[in-house]
Amino acid sequence: MEIVMAFVIGFLFMAATYLMLSRSLLRIIIGTGLLSHGAHLLILTMGGLGGEAPPVLADGVEASQFADPLPQALILTAIVISFGVTAFILVLAYRAYQSLETDNTTLMKGSDDDAQ
Amino acid sequence: MNLIVAIFLPILAAFFIPLLYKRVKSLHTGWFVLLVPLSLFLFYTTFVKQVANGETFTSTFHWVESLQLSFISYIDGLSLLFSLLITGIGSLVVLYSIFYLDKSKEQLHNFYVYLLLFMSAMLGVVQSDHVITLYLFWELTSISSFLLIAYWFNRDASRFGALKSMMITVFGGLLMLGGFVLLSMMGDTYSIRELIAQAPQLAEHEYFTWALILVLFGAFTKSAQGPFYIWLPDAMEAPTPVSAYLHSATMVKAGIYLVARFTPIFASSELWIWLVTATGLFTLVWCSFFALKQTDLKGILAFSTVSQLGLIMALLGAGSMSYHVDGAAETVFKYAAFAAIFHLINHATFKGSLFMIVGIVDHETGTRDIKKLGGLMSIMPISFTVAMIGSLSMAGVPLFNGFLSKEMFLTAMLSITEFGLFSFDTFGVLFPIIAWIASVFTFAYSLYFVTHTFMGTYKPDALPKKAHEAPIGMLISPIVLAALVIVIFFIPNIVATYFIKPAVLAIQPFLYSDVSQIDVHISAWHGFTTELWMTLGIFVVGGLAVMTLKKWQHFYNRVPAGFNMLYDAAINVSDTGMNRLSRLYMTGSNQTYLLYMFASFVVLVIGTLFTQGGFTMSWAHTAPIRFYDLVLIAVLVSGTLIALVTKSRLTSIIGLGVVGYSVAMFFVIFNAPDLALTQLVIETISVALFLLCFYHLPKNSRKENRMRFQVPRFIISVAVGATVTLVAIAAQSQKMMTSISEYYKETVYSLAGGGNIVNVILVDYRGFDTLFEIAVLAIAGLGIFAMIKLRIGDKGKEKKQLENK
Repeated sequence: MEIVMAFVIGFLFMAATYLMLSRSLLRIIIGTGLLSHGAHLLILTMGGLGGEAPPVLADGVEASQFADPLPQALILTAIVISFGVTAFILVLAYRAYQSLETDNTTLMKGSDDDAQ
Repeated sequence: MNLIVAIFLPILAAFFIPLLYKRVKSLHTGWFVLLVPLSLFLFYTTFVKQVANGETFTSTFHWVESLQLSFISYIDGLSLLFSLLITGIGSLVVLYSIFYLDKSKEQLHNFYVYLLLFMSAMLGVVQSDHVITLYLFWELTSISSFLLIAYWFNRDASRFGALKSMMITVFGGLLMLGGFVLLSMMGDTYSIRELIAQAPQLAEHEYFTWALILVLFGAFTKSAQGPFYIWLPDAMEAPTPVSAYLHSATMVKAGIYLVARFTPIFASSELWIWLVTATGLFTLVWCSFFALKQTDLKGILAFSTVSQLGLIMALLGAGSMSYHVDGAAETVFKYAAFAAIFHLINHATFKGSLFMIVGIVDHETGTRDIKKLGGLMSIMPISFTVAMIGSLSMAGVPLFNGFLSKEMFLTAMLSITEFGLFSFDTFGVLFPIIAWIASVFTFAYSLYFVTHTFMGTYKPDALPKKAHEAPIGMLISPIVLAALVIVIFFIPNIVATYFIKPAVLAIQPFLYSDVSQIDVHISAWHGFTTELWMTLGIFVVGGLAVMTLKKWQHFYNRVPAGFNMLYDAAINVSDTGMNRLSRLYMTGSNQTYLLYMFASFVVLVIGTLFTQGGFTMSWAHTAPIRFYDLVLIAVLVSGTLIALVTKSRLTSIIGLGVVGYSVAMFFVIFNAPDLALTQLVIETISVALFLLCFYHLPKNSRKENRMRFQVPRFIISVAVGATVTLVAIAAQSQKMMTSISEYYKETVYSLAGGGNIVNVILVDYRGFDTLFEIAVLAIAGLGIFAMIKLRIGDKGKEKKQLENK
């Protein structure tokens, strides 16, 4: 299963990269969203997918049966942070769109004369 | 420890200068500064007697012990002589600057901070026994020289000169560092003394020649030797006290110091003798020739300084020959190093006074252009006397110290013809001839300098100011130096005992084990020797050259600018070339930069996997593949594909949502309930946010433009995907150590008293991480709030309005 997941994750990263290299703001943001999903799955897979029970102490469950708790803790942090970042970029993009009336990053750049 | 403190005393004092400048307005800041070099000078004079007996002093301060980096101050004859010059001339220069720089018009605090910085750096250069700290101080002198040359930074010429000097000296300094590193690798020590002790072994090492050349680059750039002389004339844009101090008496002599200090290591090499002697002699004759072309008084002195440094360099080269000869001939070459140190002292006295006189002339008449000056003798009698003493000493006329060292120089050059080794038997005869020609020019420019300024006709109309004699305070320093010029002529052997011989001992430790063995006696009269006839010839021909100067000076216009053109071209090429190069890859487009990042990610990761042998794939320890796993994968992939290909914004947002929810489902089936919950909540909010921001935009933007298929983009994406897959497989297939999760599993109840391991890790084991995570969220939230609330002037709209009008 882990090997299969490796390919799925690779596919997610590929799609994310492709979208991030586009000029449209929305596609870039969707790309970063896909990227974080890929990263979360990657961390999860690294820890091994063979756990038989959630990592919660319970009667009749041996410690060896738990899924790896460490990647889960990392991912939990990562989900929240990536949400914060996504929300921030979204609003930034929205405001940029309002001010500049374009969502094309090439046009947003402007020219050197605008800076002065 | 005292010695180390002494080195850093000027820098420490520099901290108080801005404060004193701001607070004490009534008194010139220079008076406070004067205390520093003066007290240091007195401090160093206490060592003179003991060092003259051959004693040495060291003190060490360990700076970074693990890197064997330490400040080692080593006082022997050579470093003491330089330290005395630095602090002694330093005191006189500071005193002079008090009258030269107007306290109400000039940025005195800047000036004195730079000057004190330089003083520390220079003391560090001449006292460091550790090659790396020597290098650090060396570069610090370059930097403080840069700051001082650019002191009047609103002048173009000042900035140009500062940059030029910095470029050339730092270029040489870096090469010198390379030489030092090689030396310390060869000798397995950073200490110069220990390197000298193993000189014979070092000479057989394969890197020896490289180290030699690299170290010489440092010395030649700093002392403006050979083609590198070009920075010194441009450095004359600095205030005159700086020129007198850095660019004549001390900093430019750092190269001389370096050559003298490393002579015991390199003198056994033929290349060293040739390079040092020939470069010195070339510089001597070349720059003395061009000194006569100059019309700026400081320009004349700059060229003369470079050429005199060449003279000292050539003497040191000849001094190295003493390592190769025995018996009677040896004594002849012993002269050379002695003469080098003697001339170094003399040059500091007469050139220092001349620079100060030029400053006075400039200050009191408003110009340094020799064509406008003339006939100042009766108006400025004291300055004239001092200038006369300095110039005649520089010209090598009896009754002044320059005569003595010039005679010794001629003796040394004549003796080169008797040096039979290294093909000097063929070319050696050229050396005294070149030396004689250079001395003729030296005599000529010395007279040119003094006669065209102080004699001839007075031209009051050409001068910006009405000329008058300088205030007495300004004259003290040049008078002191001029007095020394005469005093040294009459008591040369006392100077030799206390200053020259201990320094010679440091340069030639293999020849002498004690100061008393140096049996050189200076005398003004040797009888009717070849040297005497040469000197008389110099006076006659040099005098004729000055008298007929007007007739042949135009000849200079036909000589091309040579090395300067080369420098300008190099700067130009690197400037425009680098601009063009960076424009090639700095396109200003985010896509390009992202491409670079992704490409380097792929190269680095794949490269690491390749070199570390990470390409393995193993199905052992993997979980079984279940049917609903495959279904979920299918959903996830199709969601991704939707997001990739659709043109509609709504659809692509939904595609992302599909991926998010299927990830949540993955968390469910892989036994991560906390993650699944969080992911579900967050995904819902995210999709809502996306819709809010992008769906409610104007109608025409609900559709994206069709994404054109681009090959490079596709290749990079596939490469990134493949890299991540490879990393995931490699990580899965080779577990190198057991997971630290075992620790959490075992201790979660006993240590933290909790049952849900994930939660306990977050709030207990890694509580601070979570705290900072919340902080990040808070910052993001503040940012979002600010962006929504703030309405900063709409640039785009304003522009449109302007265009419409």
